[in-house]
Amino acid sequence: MTQNVIFDLSVRNVRRHFLRSILAAIGIVIGVIAITSIGIMGANLTLSVTETLSANSDTIKVSPGGGPSSGGGFGGGGGSGNDEDEYISEDQFRDIVQAASPNTVIPVYSESDTITVGDLEGRAAIYGLDDTDITTLITVANGTYLKSTSTALVGPTLAERYDLKIGSRIKIGDEDSDEGTSTVRVAGIIEERGMTYDISTDNAIVVSDRWFTSVYGNEGEYDEVIVKLNDINDVDEVEEAIDNQLNRREDEVTISDASRMLDSITSSLSMIIYMMMGIGAISLLVAAVSIFNVMMMSVTERTREIGILRSIGTRRSVVRRMFLYEAFILGVIGAVIGGILSVIIGYTVVLVMIGTTAYFFTFDSLIYVPYGIAVGIAVCVLSGVYPAWKAADLDPIQALAAE
Amino acid sequence: MSSVPVISLRDVTKVYSLPAGDVVALDHVSLDIMEGEFVAIMGPSGSGKTTLLNQIGSLDVPTSGDLFIAGKNIGEMNDDELTDMRRDTIGYIFQKFNLIPLLTVYENVEYPLILKYGKRDTTGRPIELLKMVGLEGPMLEHKPTEISGGQQQRVAIARALVNDPKILLCDEPTGNLDTKTSKQIMDILTDLNRQGRTIVMVTHDPETATYAHRTIVIRDGRVDP
Ligand SMILES: Nc1ncnc2c1ncn2[C@@H]1O[C@H](COP(=O)(O)OP(=O)(O)OP(=O)(O)O)[C@@H](O)[C@H]1O
Ligand SMILES: [Mg+2]
Repeated sequence: MTQNVIFDLSVRNVRRHFLRSILAAIGIVIGVIAITSIGIMGANLTLSVTETLSANSDTIKVSPGGGPSSGGGFGGGGGSGNDEDEYISEDQFRDIVQAASPNTVIPVYSESDTITVGDLEGRAAIYGLDDTDITTLITVANGTYLKSTSTALVGPTLAERYDLKIGSRIKIGDEDSDEGTSTVRVAGIIEERGMTYDISTDNAIVVSDRWFTSVYGNEGEYDEVIVKLNDINDVDEVEEAIDNQLNRREDEVTISDASRMLDSITSSLSMIIYMMMGIGAISLLVAAVSIFNVMMMSVTERTREIGILRSIGTRRSVVRRMFLYEAFILGVIGAVIGGILSVIIGYTVVLVMIGTTAYFFTFDSLIYVPYGIAVGIAVCVLSGVYPAWKAADLDPIQALAAE
Repeated sequence: MSSVPVISLRDVTKVYSLPAGDVVALDHVSLDIMEGEFVAIMGPSGSGKTTLLNQIGSLDVPTSGDLFIAGKNIGEMNDDELTDMRRDTIGYIFQKFNLIPLLTVYENVEYPLILKYGKRDTTGRPIELLKMVGLEGPMLEHKPTEISGGQQQRVAIARALVNDPKILLCDEPTGNLDTKTSKQIMDILTDLNRQGRTIVMVTHDPETATYAHRTIVIRDGRVDP
């Protein structure tokens, strides 16, 4: 028996009904695993998205039209930026260059078109870029940069899907349309870039601007303009300069950068994660019911014992504490086991779903373990409040008379 | 024995309200019990003996009337004060022993001390008392279910005495024991009374009642004149 005889009595009662206690604690284990591993997964997802997008924070994108600043899907998709009516003119481009000086400004033509490789047909994004800009934006993993106007670089995903090698031919365009088809030869395969804010090349074909305008026309009508900053701290300054230059009278262009998108992505991510944790919390609610049930059973079974304790001078508050300790012990057992398991399960889930555990052992990720444990214990103790109160409120004489 | 009443009842009435009607368990009971007295309470079953003892033991409060224990009015106390009274001033010995099943023999006796002082015993008093009632050795580490009824009642007596209460209340202390064991228990109680402790004992057995100085007979909740 320790100093705290009341705590000791609680421990002994948990041990007396060991199996029942463990079964009750399993609910808490599951509940804690649910909210903790979802929290861990969410944190890792957020961290990896943040990291990827932060790598793009040197990029400002200028799109035609004065739409809301959220305009343009993630990656500045080839399909979305090529509205026939809207483009950035040569004049506007020069204004951007001036405003963004001395940073690098890259005009981008983009189009989505039918492509045919052998028998395979599909659609792909096609970007037209100046030769120097290509070397700025793109790294070739395999092969060389563009050698002539009829060569192209292809993204790794596209290359894999169509089984493209250096020298493979791609027919671009629809055979039945007026424009007919043009053929390019693969000069190089682009290194995988993953999530990027400027242009998404993994699944695209990059050709020279000359080839692009010779096929699609519209020379000097760019689909978007990318500004690469020398110093990422200049983002606001440069955006303001462009805004002043072009949007003074009316909104001619939309200026966006990764940080704004990062905000909206992380906020919607965290909302999804909280919702999932909320669903996980339902399992904790079920656990609370089972703890409540076990505690009520314990009170009923021990009525006589409570009568004895009260009759020889144990105060109500002490009886109450004894039952709260019991709930607390069940909570600690369940929540700690749950916490340990959720590290293991969380690690596995993160590995499988996000593909990297680089962020797993960080504060933001593992903070969910103590957090989950604390919630588990709190739920347990709260479930014990009513039974404890009921036990403390028993009339000593009637309790003594119980069998 | 002194002439100071340690227990004093004035018109104590206890009414149990039941759906079927009120049960008057004690009906205007007035009596004094002096310090150092050994009083036996007798009477037919259902006459109100246990009810009377429960009032004195501050396990319950009278519906009306005044009840003074060691000079304090029970009726004016709150639950915590009544509880502390049970812990410090009264030792209760039950017919059914009422030991705490989760605790060992030794821990059962030590428990009221821990309640009172908030820490484990260092004085050796529980061992001393257990020795006095004839229990020692490995027996002290046993749980109550592992020892005999007579032994359990000895433990209960030791427990009742551990906080050195003024008053010892016994509700049929030998009711569950054989004649020989009963005699041993009664000898212990007689000894305790000789040392100056006030004892109030409910019994059905006239033989047992002879150990007391005085016998109060209760009938239908009233003291028989
Ligand atoms: N908790 C209670 N609720 C209702 N009535 C009660 C309660 N306790 C006792 N009574 C009633 O009060 C009366 C006195 O009961 P009490 O237990 O004091 O009798 P007793 O003299 O101790 O009897 P016994 O010798 O059988 O132990 C009885 O009529 C009993 O039914
Ligand atoms: Mg009785």
